[in-house]
Amino acid sequence: MAKQRKPILDRRQAVADILSRRGDTLLVTGLGAPTWDTAAAGEHELDFANWGGMGGATMVGLGVALAQPRRRVLVITGDGDMLMGLGSLATIAVQKPRNLVVIVLDNEAFGETGMQATHTRHGVDLAGMAKAAGFRGATTIYNASQLKTWIPRFYRQPGPLFASIKVKDEKLAMVLPRLKDGPAIKNRFREALLGSKAYD
Amino acid sequence: MKSTRESVMSSRASSPRRQGSSNEPGGPGSRVRGNGKPSSRWPQDTFRVLKELGVRQVAYVPDSGHSELIRTCHADRELKTVVLTTEEEGIAMLAGAWLGGERGVLLMQSSGTGNCINMLGLSAECRFPLLMLVTMRGHWGEFNPWQVPMSQATAPALTAMGVLVHQVDEADRVAETVDAAGRLAFNTGRSVAVLISQRIVGAKQFK
Repeated sequence: MAKQRKPILDRRQAVADILSRRGDTLLVTGLGAPTWDTAAAGEHELDFANWGGMGGATMVGLGVALAQPRRRVLVITGDGDMLMGLGSLATIAVQKPRNLVVIVLDNEAFGETGMQATHTRHGVDLAGMAKAAGFRGATTIYNASQLKTWIPRFYRQPGPLFASIKVKDEKLAMVLPRLKDGPAIKNRFREALLGSKAYD
Repeated sequence: MKSTRESVMSSRASSPRRQGSSNEPGGPGSRVRGNGKPSSRWPQDTFRVLKELGVRQVAYVPDSGHSELIRTCHADRELKTVVLTTEEEGIAMLAGAWLGGERGVLLMQSSGTGNCINMLGLSAECRFPLLMLVTMRGHWGEFNPWQVPMSQATAPALTAMGVLVHQVDEADRVAETVDAAGRLAFNTGRSVAVLISQRIVGAKQFK
């Protein structure tokens, strides 16, 4: 394992910077803090926010990416959710979705349950696992300069791509999305994406 | 999308009933090939049903009972057939498929149901349609005692998570059951599981 470095990046700023370039990208967020970060950056009808289904965010992203091969699909999730769905790195890599990007906001903690340390605090290297699974590109981002380099790649480089962004383990104020009702979130996304075909 | 369709099974008249036993997997509706191995039309008939339902994504952890259907799906270039490391990945994937405008199906063995429990909450809460085809172990001539607990818990566990369960134990009724289950799932936004009896897929004899 690599020597542990202390995260310095601000998660809300990182998400705001990433999403400022989103264009018509489809976004799936993992439960907990990534969903609050996205809401803080400005909610969008093409966001699907998970409020449950821990371990599933990346696979929701794969299903969207396979259904919409011409659209870029971003998954923004946390290290706890990613660790619960590690097998999905293999499943995704095998499918080689060029339009899928997995971003982990890695604060090395379980944010919703008391900030207990996750495995990444103890040196587990998620980007290393993604690379070994077969992701086309995988990186761990520690500073603003690296993030600035990678943001354009999230939108342009053929995937699947993986980035673990090491963020400070602050407990920030929850910023709630407007919707927590599952069917409402689903319908808003599908209506925005599919238009009149949403209810065929 | 088609709202009503003829059943794929051309004969509603029942096949002559035979007593099935664990030495004759397949039951009524299956044919025995010249080499003594049973064959059955249900995987191919089910495949046609899935295509007519408009399924485009197929997720699976394999089971020998699903081998032929899996092979057929992989061979069809219109389908995205995805091997999973664990069954709950498929539930999340098919939620994503629906978000993206595509229908899907999840294939698994009964033992894999247990891996799905929490993720089924995603489908239930958001009213994602979910069609699951589950080949059963642990109840008809089962050899392996370790298969029994999860197979006996399959129907109750799925029901506890809001999944509507159809059970089928005759090979010639599998396709029509999948058709009915699929229409229920996609029309009403619910999770529906078809449990395909071990009597149909055949009890493994570890000799």
